[in-house]
Amino acid sequence: MGRYVIRRLLQMIPVFVGTTFLIFAMVYALGDPVAAMFGDRAPDPATLARIRAELNLDKPLLQQYLLYMGGIFTGDFGQAFNGQQVTELMGEAFPVTARLTMIAVGIEIVLGITLGLFSGLRRGRLVDTLTLISTLVVISIPVFVIGYLAQYFLAVEWQLVKPSVSSAATFDELIVPAFVLAGLSLAYVTRLTRASVAENLRADYMRTAVAKGLPRRRVIGVHLLRNSLIPVVTFIGTDIGALMGGAIVTERIFNVHGVGYQLYQGLVRGNSPTVVGFVTILVLVFLLANLLVDLLYAVLDPRIRYA
Amino acid sequence: MPDQIEKTAVGTLDPEPVAAAAPATDREKPRSLWNDAWRELRRNPVFIASALMILFLVTVALWPSLFTSTSPTDCQLAKSRQGAASGHPFGFDLQGCDVYARTIYGARASVTVGVLVTLGVALLGGVLGGLAGYFGGWWDALLSRITDVFFGIPILLGGLVILSVIKGGSIWTVIGFMIALGWPQIARIARGSVITVKQQDYVQAARALGGSTGRILLRHILPNAVAPVIVVATIALGMYISVEATLSYLGVGLKPPTVSWGQDISAAAVQYRNAPHMLLWPAGALSLTVLSFIMLGDAVRDALDPKLR
Repeated sequence: MGRYVIRRLLQMIPVFVGTTFLIFAMVYALGDPVAAMFGDRAPDPATLARIRAELNLDKPLLQQYLLYMGGIFTGDFGQAFNGQQVTELMGEAFPVTARLTMIAVGIEIVLGITLGLFSGLRRGRLVDTLTLISTLVVISIPVFVIGYLAQYFLAVEWQLVKPSVSSAATFDELIVPAFVLAGLSLAYVTRLTRASVAENLRADYMRTAVAKGLPRRRVIGVHLLRNSLIPVVTFIGTDIGALMGGAIVTERIFNVHGVGYQLYQGLVRGNSPTVVGFVTILVLVFLLANLLVDLLYAVLDPRIRYA
Repeated sequence: MPDQIEKTAVGTLDPEPVAAAAPATDREKPRSLWNDAWRELRRNPVFIASALMILFLVTVALWPSLFTSTSPTDCQLAKSRQGAASGHPFGFDLQGCDVYARTIYGARASVTVGVLVTLGVALLGGVLGGLAGYFGGWWDALLSRITDVFFGIPILLGGLVILSVIKGGSIWTVIGFMIALGWPQIARIARGSVITVKQQDYVQAARALGGSTGRILLRHILPNAVAPVIVVATIALGMYISVEATLSYLGVGLKPPTVSWGQDISAAAVQYRNAPHMLLWPAGALSLTVLSFIMLGDAVRDALDPKLR
């Protein structure tokens, strides 16, 4: 187990370097971070050269990247162009988005697996048909449309919640945004669980479990569910990274000051250190979530051993 | 269980006896996966409904002037946010443009992006992934690492970062970058599919008979390995349309003069509490389009993946 984790961590290094270099190269080589600082005015060439030298932008791209990575590993993500430390922005933004993502994943797990299990067990019946149709509708409506609809009805028409989230972003304020964020994945989790349950229902071990007279709860809860959850867990693992990145839209609609908000502000204002820093962390979260999923396999299926 | 399988097998067989069909060898051909799939599709109401809907959408995208005589860029500020009027069934948007005309003309951008990105991704990913799966070696190792790298960047996040730096806004830029970010997903599937197929006996037999690499790839590998690629690409088509709209909504995707639903939704979102019709029509059209393509993808998967039947 320990050796497996170490091997996987080592395998993550080239992927991490490749991904961050790709983002770094795109932002720094294709865009012009210094020109963005001056807005529409043409900068004085001497000032331009000085700022370029200060930010290491006069060096070759590879060297810039190495200097940047060196900074990251000593905890220095650079400064946003207004002088604020990027790490400071992260400290404000990541807890908020982490909370939002946690609630969203919680909704996916509880609601998605329950719905999927019920419709998988009653395949072809009314519950199943309703679930299939409603998930199809949720998949088809883009997340920003769902977001505005939820905001309009829940906050404006019926006034059940406030239309925007305060800067404290407490758990109860984040429930509606989390539902909007989770919507698409919730539909996928439901469909995946349904397909997996329906397939495993026909397995030999299910017939054995029923034949030896086990109570229905145990047959479904242990034999069926545990075997059906492996693809679902894979999906949820890869989804955590996508949710944190995809929160841009949801955070914009509900005015949540999280990662997506900061990233969007950074992009709009051409604030390269913020963008690259936030994306680097998001990539890292994504890779670690995938590792966690691979380790969870062994818990769900004892036949899987790591060597 | 066994009699159930037998029953379904009998059910799908032709009513005429197999023995009678056997002597005519050309009768064997129609029983291929493709024929089976086509037969399955024609009977599927979901396929028929979504295909009709897509046919309609493609017609709208190709000849928008058939459906409206109003120009989408003919706007009068005096009519800003007004509701439906005669000749303008969907009302007017913030700039006083006719919402119906803009909804009709917006179809072109979404359908073009969806279809071209899917074709590009399937071709590029299919060829690169398929070759890596067939030949293995250093190219395979390199490709696997590249797909790992791309896999770490969600398409929305990557598209947002790249497109905001490029500041293009033309439909070709958007299509190009969506292909660049989307192909590794297909490449992985094509690679896996080719690896399974190349170990089959008929491929060994073709090689033993002296078939050239090109012939084996085109005549034996391609027809047998392409099904999963088609399935995933069709399902992804709806998703690509949704991603394009989201990018346009965030202001980094398509930009004027291109008329697109994403932009219109973004513009309407600021004022939707006072004039919900501005948001409703383009959003409804977009959702319906994505729905049709996802339903088509579902139907194609059911037809091509016999395991799920």
